Order: sequence, then C-alpha cells, then structure tokens
Amino acid sequence: MRISLTCLRTAVIAAALLATASACSPIEPWVKPYEREHLADPIMALDRNPISSTYLDHVFETREGARGATGAVGGGCGCN
Amino acid sequence: MQLRRAFRGPRSCGWCTRALAALCLAAVPAIAGVLPEDRVDALYHRYQGGGITVQGPSILVQKRIGDHFAVNANYYQDMISSASIDVLLSASPYKETRTQKSAGAEYQHGKTTYSAGFINSVEPDYKANTAYYSISQDMFGDLTTVTLSYSRGWDQIFRDIKANGVIVNDPTFRQRADHRVYGFSVSQILTRKLIGTLDYQFSSDQGYLASPYREIRYADPTNPIGYTLAPQIYPNTRTMDAFSASLKYYLPYRAALTGKYRYFTDSWGIRAHTLQIEYVQPVRHHWTLDGNVRYYRQGAASFFSDLFPYANYSNYMARDRELAAFHSITLGFEASYAFSIPRLTWIQKSTATLSFDRMMVNYLDYRDALYSKFDPAAVKGGAEPLYALDASIYQAYVSLWF
Amino acid sequence: MRNRIAALAAILTLALPAWAGVADAQAPGFTLQSVDGRTVSLAQFKGDVVMINFWASWCGPCRQEMPLLDSIYKQYKDMGFTLLGVNVEPDPHSANAWLQKTPVSYPILYDPKSQVSQLYQVQAMPTTVIVDRQGVVRYVHNGYLPGDENQYMNSIRTLIVQ
Repeated sequence: MRISLTCLRTAVIAAALLATASACSPIEPWVKPYEREHLADPIMALDRNPISSTYLDHVFETREGARGATGAVGGGCGCN
Repeated sequence: MQLRRAFRGPRSCGWCTRALAALCLAAVPAIAGVLPEDRVDALYHRYQGGGITVQGPSILVQKRIGDHFAVNANYYQDMISSASIDVLLSASPYKETRTQKSAGAEYQHGKTTYSAGFINSVEPDYKANTAYYSISQDMFGDLTTVTLSYSRGWDQIFRDIKANGVIVNDPTFRQRADHRVYGFSVSQILTRKLIGTLDYQFSSDQGYLASPYREIRYADPTNPIGYTLAPQIYPNTRTMDAFSASLKYYLPYRAALTGKYRYFTDSWGIRAHTLQIEYVQPVRHHWTLDGNVRYYRQGAASFFSDLFPYANYSNYMARDRELAAFHSITLGFEASYAFSIPRLTWIQKSTATLSFDRMMVNYLDYRDALYSKFDPAAVKGGAEPLYALDASIYQAYVSLWF
Repeated sequence: MRNRIAALAAILTLALPAWAGVADAQAPGFTLQSVDGRTVSLAQFKGDVVMINFWASWCGPCRQEMPLLDSIYKQYKDMGFTLLGVNVEPDPHSANAWLQKTPVSYPILYDPKSQVSQLYQVQAMPTTVIVDRQGVVRYVHNGYLPGDENQYMNSIRTLIVQ
C-alpha cells in the first residue's frame, strides 16, 4: 500500500489545525474528571519508566534504520 | 612511520547520537497540566550480542521546584567492547566509552506545559550536542493533549587512527552533521479505560552521515577471496518521516494491554514497520510483571548492497547492516518489586526492577563476510550465509519516589 | 423521591450551557450515604456555611489537601460551618482503605453513581464548593495547589459572619 508522503504530511498538518481550531468550540468531555480512576492507575501511564524506555529506544535506534515517533505521554488523571 | 587505522566498525555511538534528538523527545513527558513526580532512578544496562558488549550506568533525577517548575537531569554511559562482524572484517577489536549528560526543565502554566533541554554526548571520535523545545496543551476537558516539539542537533565527527601505538584523532579528518526534528503528537482519552496516541515526526539530517570506518565490497575476480573492499559513499542529506499510533487498554482485573504500530520512511529508500504489544500485570501487593513482543521489519536503502557488482557501481554505496533489509523479533520480560524503607520516611515509594530482552535479527540481503575472509577456498564472496544475530539486553534498576 | 428530584435537577442542570456553572446559583440538593452508614442530605445543613469537597483516593492532590481540610473543619465547626467530603469512586474499597490509614473527622459521603458530581458540574479533581447560609453557591475552586487552603479559609471567614 503506497500512500504518498505529501498526502500523509498534509493529513498531519490538517489534524494539527483541526485540533487547534476545535479548542475554541466547546465540546463536553465524555470522560469526566471524576471517572478517571482507571486511567490514573500507575500501570496505565504511557511511559512508566522513562529511564528504561529511553535506553531501549536507544538500543533499537542504533541498530535499525528507523527512528522516531516512539511515543508521546499525555492524558493523566485530570487532577489540578 | 606507518599509521595503522583502528577500524571501529559499527560506530554505534554515531548512530545513537543521531538518535538523541528523537530520544530526548521521548524522554520529555508531555503531560500538560501535571508536572512529573519527584523521582530518582539508577540503572545498570548491558547489551550482549553479535560480538559486541555495551554496558554502563544511567542515572535520572526528576524534581519539582515550587508549583510550576520541574527539572530533570540524566547521566548515562556506554562502555563498549566490540569485536563485531564489521570490526573483524578489516580491523581489530576495540574498547571505548561514550558519556552522555542531559538536563531539562518544564514550566507549567494552566493547561500549557513548556519544556526545554540540552543533551551532550562525548566519545573519542564523536561529539554531539542537541537542544530541544516542546509545548504541550490540554484540551477538551483534559481528554486531549497536543504536543509540538522541535530539536536541533550539532555533531562533530572525527576518525580514530593509531599513531605510535596510541589511538588519536586523525588531524586531517573533521566533519559535521546537523539534525532537525519536528514532532507533533496527540494523546487522547477515548473511554474510561482506553487511551490512544498518534505521533508524527519529521527529521532532516545534513552533513557527514556516513562512517569513517565502514567499507563496501565489490566483486573482484582478480582477488582470491572474490571481492575487494572500498570506501562507502553516503548522500549528505536525509529526510525521514515516522508515523505511529498506539492504544492502551485497562483490563477489569487490573492489568494493562498496549498495542503500538509505527511506519517509517525516508529519502534513502528505507521503509520500516514496527509492531509492539505489551502486557502489564500487578501481582499481589508488591510485584508488577511485564511482558512484551516487538516485531520489526525493514527494507534496504536504495544504495545498499552486500556485494556491488563492480567498483564505482553508483554515486552512493553502503554496506552498513543498519541499512540492510532485515526483520527482527524481540521478546521481553520485566519484574518489578515494590519495597519500603522504614527509616527513610521521605521516600514515598521504592521499586527494584529486573528486565531481560532477547532480540533475534535475521538479515535478508546482508551476508556474513567473515566466512569468505577466513576460509576463501570454502566460501566465495557473495555465497556466504545470510547474517543472523541474537542479542541479550539486561537492565537492573532501582527507582525512588520522594 | 429525593433521588428523582436529584436526577431531574441533574438533567436540568446539564441542559444549561457548560459555562453557566453552579456559582451564584442555589446549591443543588442531594442525599447520599455516609461512610458510617447514615443518610446525609444537604438540606440538613441549611443555615450553615457548607464546604463540599469532591475527592478520590486515586487523585494525588485530593489526598494531599484532606488533612488540611480536616484542620479547617476542626477550626470552624463550632461557628456554624460544616465540611462534606464527597467520594466519587464507583467502588468504595480504595477510599475506605485510604481513610483507614489517614482518617478525617468530617463526614465522608459516597457518590458511586456520580449523580452529585454531575449536579455540581465537577470539572477537575479535586473540586471544592463553598455554599453560604442561604444555600447559594459562592465559591468554586478547581484543583488543589499548596496554599489554596488559605483561599478556602478567607472565603469561610467572610461567609461565617454573614
């Protein structure tokens, strides 16, 4: 399956603009802050041990041609 | 006086310092609205496989200062002992140490978090400095976090040679490489039990992107072993695109299942797919167990060949196995034990973790040239078996939260 | 009957635009079970200054502020002030375990179906709402940062003398 790079990059830019634009219009959060008990569980953290995940990423990236997009961390418990 | 070139083979440091830009972005937590916890980790790491042993420490400290600031610092070392296939082909085994230091800070203001930091990596023949910056924004009632990031790397590349029995930098060899990485990522709470992420990263490299030690080979009937070694020629630019998506799901009996996929493509013709599945299971009160499987598949770079048909075959030529076609499977297991230190009440939580990964790589168009080198009568160049590599990765670390 | 009124109030409240909030409006009434098995309703405290704190055991800042809320409760409870801690977790198990380790003296109520959380349009964890003696919501605070307890005490002191 070949998707052109230009097409993929345009999609990403469009998504970024959409996310920015959508921030202005009110959308009711469908998971309320008081419903985040599972998401707040430490095992649900996207990167539980940064020291270890950074090291493993380094091991793979030095031996492979691919790199990047190894994960962003976000979400959280809605506290504060 | 003859200068014997100390052939370093896989300049793993060169590759990994280029990867620093991406790594530092992974290390920067993009939690808008919540600063990271105060934490200290001390890790011992060890990689063993393919004739290479790399081991060393890593220490990471994360600390909040006041209500809106947090800082982090990391000290990391790779102590390398290499007798890999690349090294043995035309040089002698070597040992060296790479030291990496990094420091960063985060500032949180309402729903926005700003992060910045600096990474410095030094080894005898490679110096890399990277600066990074990112902004994270919470949206839609904190269900969505959008992060934009940028990093810039400046590398200086040298070449080690042996002069009077001592390894020094070749004064005639001094190169530069520049890196720029742009990242956009979104993490989204989908349901009470499901969180998803989308990540896009665009990277651009410019300058000296090759290795001063690695060589290509071309078929040469005049040579008894069937081939002759020659210098590699790399393009001096590279642009890369990486797209990844992941889902993490909370299982009702308290466990978590993660699935990740990444697609990578670049201007060198490499296409790679990565698929990863991870399962985390807390057991009783003190233990957390983790199992993961990673499948990686890569197509070769357009200017890669294990054996070029003749000298000066094309403008660009490389035989680095990192650019070959191969697939690999990595199986990993980790056990973490939470313990308490009664006398030190300021420590909220402490864990000791042991982790083992087994990486099995099978090359599809890269051959083990040592066969023809050491026994040319039996195996002609180009008829050697395809190379395969198994490596063991060990990690032992202690984490303290305070 | 009370639950139906609460549910109707919840629906009506949710029908309002999200930004309306509960501030400066009559505090929505509710009835919940407390940790010690009693039935507690907001109407019981009419005439008192009431502070309602929405918390969960999985929320770090919530746990951090509760001992401070306990000292605020002890300081003002004889001046016509009461504090109600509303726990929002569907399963009270973790909350009970934490209260065993860190007990507080003010009433803790269970809101396992999030009815009261929805009524009060809780936007963050924790959320602290202060209601005056006439039953009007006068102060809504989202989240907790060290030092916020001073803001709570300022509001309480202002409302207690009214």
